[in-house]
Amino acid sequence: MKATRDEVRIGFYVCHCGHNIAALVDCPAVARYVGTLPGVVLSRDYKYMCSDPGQELIQQDIREHRLNRVVVASCSPLLHEHTFRSAVEAGGLNPFYFHMVNIREHDSWVHTDRILATEKAKALARAAIERVAHHKPLEIKKVPIHPDVLVVGGGIAGIHAALTLANAGKKVYLVEREPSIGGHMARFDKTFPTLDCAACILTPKMSEVGSHPNITLWTYSEVVKVDGYVGNYTVQVKRKARYIHEDLCTGCQDCIANCVYKEPKFADEFNEGLGKRKPVFIPFPQATPQVVLIDPEVCLNFKRNKNPDGTPVVSDKCKKTCVEACGERGAIDFTQKDELREIRVGTIIVCTGFQTFDARRVPAYGYGIYPNVYTALEIERLVNASGPTGGEVVLRGPKNPDGTPRKPRSIGIIHCVGSRDKKTNLWCSRVCCMYSMKLAHLLKEHTGAEIYNFYIDIRTPGKGYEEFYNKLLEEGTHFIRGRVGEVTDWAMTPEEEGKLVIRVEDTLAGVVRRIPVDMVVLATGLEPRADAAEVRRLFNMSCGGDGWFLERHPKLAPVNTFTDGVFLAGCCQGPKDIPDTVAQAGAAAAEALALIDRGYVEQEPNTAHILDNECSGCKSCIPLCPYTAILFDETRQKAYINEALCKGCGTCVGSCPSGSIVQNLFEDEEIFSEIRGVLAYD
Amino acid sequence: MTKEWSPRIVAFFCNWCTYTAADLAGVSRLKYAPNVRIIRLMCSGRVDPQFILDALARGADGVLIGGCHPGDCHYVEGNYKMLRRFTLLRRMLADLGIEPERVRLEWISAAEGEKVKRVINEMTEQLKALGPLGLPRKFAEWDREVIALAREVQDREAAAGPCPERPLTPEPQEAVHA
Repeated sequence: MKATRDEVRIGFYVCHCGHNIAALVDCPAVARYVGTLPGVVLSRDYKYMCSDPGQELIQQDIREHRLNRVVVASCSPLLHEHTFRSAVEAGGLNPFYFHMVNIREHDSWVHTDRILATEKAKALARAAIERVAHHKPLEIKKVPIHPDVLVVGGGIAGIHAALTLANAGKKVYLVEREPSIGGHMARFDKTFPTLDCAACILTPKMSEVGSHPNITLWTYSEVVKVDGYVGNYTVQVKRKARYIHEDLCTGCQDCIANCVYKEPKFADEFNEGLGKRKPVFIPFPQATPQVVLIDPEVCLNFKRNKNPDGTPVVSDKCKKTCVEACGERGAIDFTQKDELREIRVGTIIVCTGFQTFDARRVPAYGYGIYPNVYTALEIERLVNASGPTGGEVVLRGPKNPDGTPRKPRSIGIIHCVGSRDKKTNLWCSRVCCMYSMKLAHLLKEHTGAEIYNFYIDIRTPGKGYEEFYNKLLEEGTHFIRGRVGEVTDWAMTPEEEGKLVIRVEDTLAGVVRRIPVDMVVLATGLEPRADAAEVRRLFNMSCGGDGWFLERHPKLAPVNTFTDGVFLAGCCQGPKDIPDTVAQAGAAAAEALALIDRGYVEQEPNTAHILDNECSGCKSCIPLCPYTAILFDETRQKAYINEALCKGCGTCVGSCPSGSIVQNLFEDEEIFSEIRGVLAYD
Repeated sequence: MTKEWSPRIVAFFCNWCTYTAADLAGVSRLKYAPNVRIIRLMCSGRVDPQFILDALARGADGVLIGGCHPGDCHYVEGNYKMLRRFTLLRRMLADLGIEPERVRLEWISAAEGEKVKRVINEMTEQLKALGPLGLPRKFAEWDREVIALAREVQDREAAAGPCPERPLTPEPQEAVHA
């Protein structure tokens, strides 16, 4: 039964929000004004509506004044609509007899004139009063949640999230683009500030992922399509051909030893190109899964030209000593093709990580020009015992006269390369100060060289971080405050001959200095991945202006996205160190668990339905629906909506020529009355 | 009217991108012109051209529609659907003598609080330059003219005496928009 205007009894509440609203909006005046509007039985202003007494007030008024509609003017509905709907429900009313007016984010916080802001608040309140009279009772639908979870990205964030969920008994699909999980952390030598070895703490977790019965690990795979909604996602994953049957490969690596290439010849991605690998390889000793792969770009058994669809052509020209070595195991298969798998999951955790800043973008620092300029990630590999040099720090540049590689006796570490810079990236990458100091310590340990750090500010906000800085100072590492102007090999004095000269303004001493060093390390910052925009589209997320994935709320929903059931963890959301990443991954897993264990999601009842009598059967709505929720009854020549598929966008409603489609909560009548309301001021 | 005229803008913002961006502008304490009244819809695809016409007819000097960037729509492609309608409507409005600047469609993502501020300020300035649209007043004027005309015809016919072949002019109607 539709309530007529006479029966409507509206209670109106305007919130002061402490001073947040009251400072710019005359709340008592708004309450007085609204009190004069038709249908309003009661109009109050109150300090904090969202507080318990505020909500209690609503419930009490509903009972005492027989209210059947409630309007609250306070903050954004995205923040507290749920709170007030619950309060209204607790008062014995249908929660959808409620409407919220945003006079904080859209009014008091964005304006400066008290009179105009108050006027705006009145207009917005009036719109809500006009609108709420048309509200109808609605029911929240409950949709079951698929208990499986997809974790995208197998860095430390993905590993931790997957393990947390798997240990809670949930089935997890962990999809990683690279041939092994581990991400950036697997490449690090030590971790700050405790200096425990990254591999020692990461490898056990990696192998736990590899052997966990609840985790399906798909490496060398990419998510290509995501359909559905919270609780019911259908995901397509492309498993790239590694030319090895994962289930048959035992990880013995006999194939690698017996490859026709006797020596490793091709740049090794894992070691930042500092080392070499063969066409058949395993990315690094602790790789998980322990499965080799073949690079068709360089393997002799493939032709250099490709099929029109981009797949490699098998030439069969090679002697295939690897196949021989594999023998009965028969794990090598040159005919393997990319494979598409479809999975159903209820929730998704995105942990796609970051990329390091390309140091070539700052040519003044000479990366790619002078061989002895390194990025920090290269140094991580160089000091690592299983790295390309076995942990010996030697220079890339000219060798000693006797042919042995030179060792650096002085090293300059330049901070903030690609961070805090208007020309490149504005943000602080958060980890560079700490990892630079870690590398300073490790390099000193390995080489005994003099180490110079060139910094803008030292930022050590973390447990034990400042202490680590102090330790470095005691070790005798030099810290020079100033942004480096350039790195050059142009010597001005005999001491500078054959060295790289760092030119910098020492802003503490107030002089320009030239510091000759053997090796320059660039502390490159963290950046969103180059394909972040595509990944974002895939999962229907948003990116901030800087390109990092956007969380739902910077403080109160830091792992949620605007798409329900899709969560974020790790550096894809912004630069952070390992402890923060792990904490965030745990939080994302907990959010997913909370959803799964409740078993269902509540869906906003803002779906659309078609008024059968008024539908003319023109079918213009049918192609508009992106979810194919609108169907056509041929016998009756009428369209109808499958409400289970409808997501409530209202696109069909806005285009129906006969006005026969109705969207709950956004009915034409409701919006027209809202328009009337916002314009009903002098 | 003693108060200085200032444009009225009715804005239809989609829940996921532009409304959130307006929230972000608030949280960031950006300051913009207080002329805009935001109405929340789930998707810019829900914007019925009638909403825009109704807003203008009821005294809005401009209408702003905000949706997600192309390709980012929470509902896949509602914003494209809006764009199509919008293009048609703009042509129709031009035919009606309503300046195209009065109706504006903007793609504003949830991260672009700054753009909310810029667009609203820009639009307020543009509308100030254009002056009031004043459709309700025009409607009332037109109503008065029609009534006056009808009266004149009636008087003339009364003076000329009854005409047997034609029935009398019907009673002039009350002003519809008064």
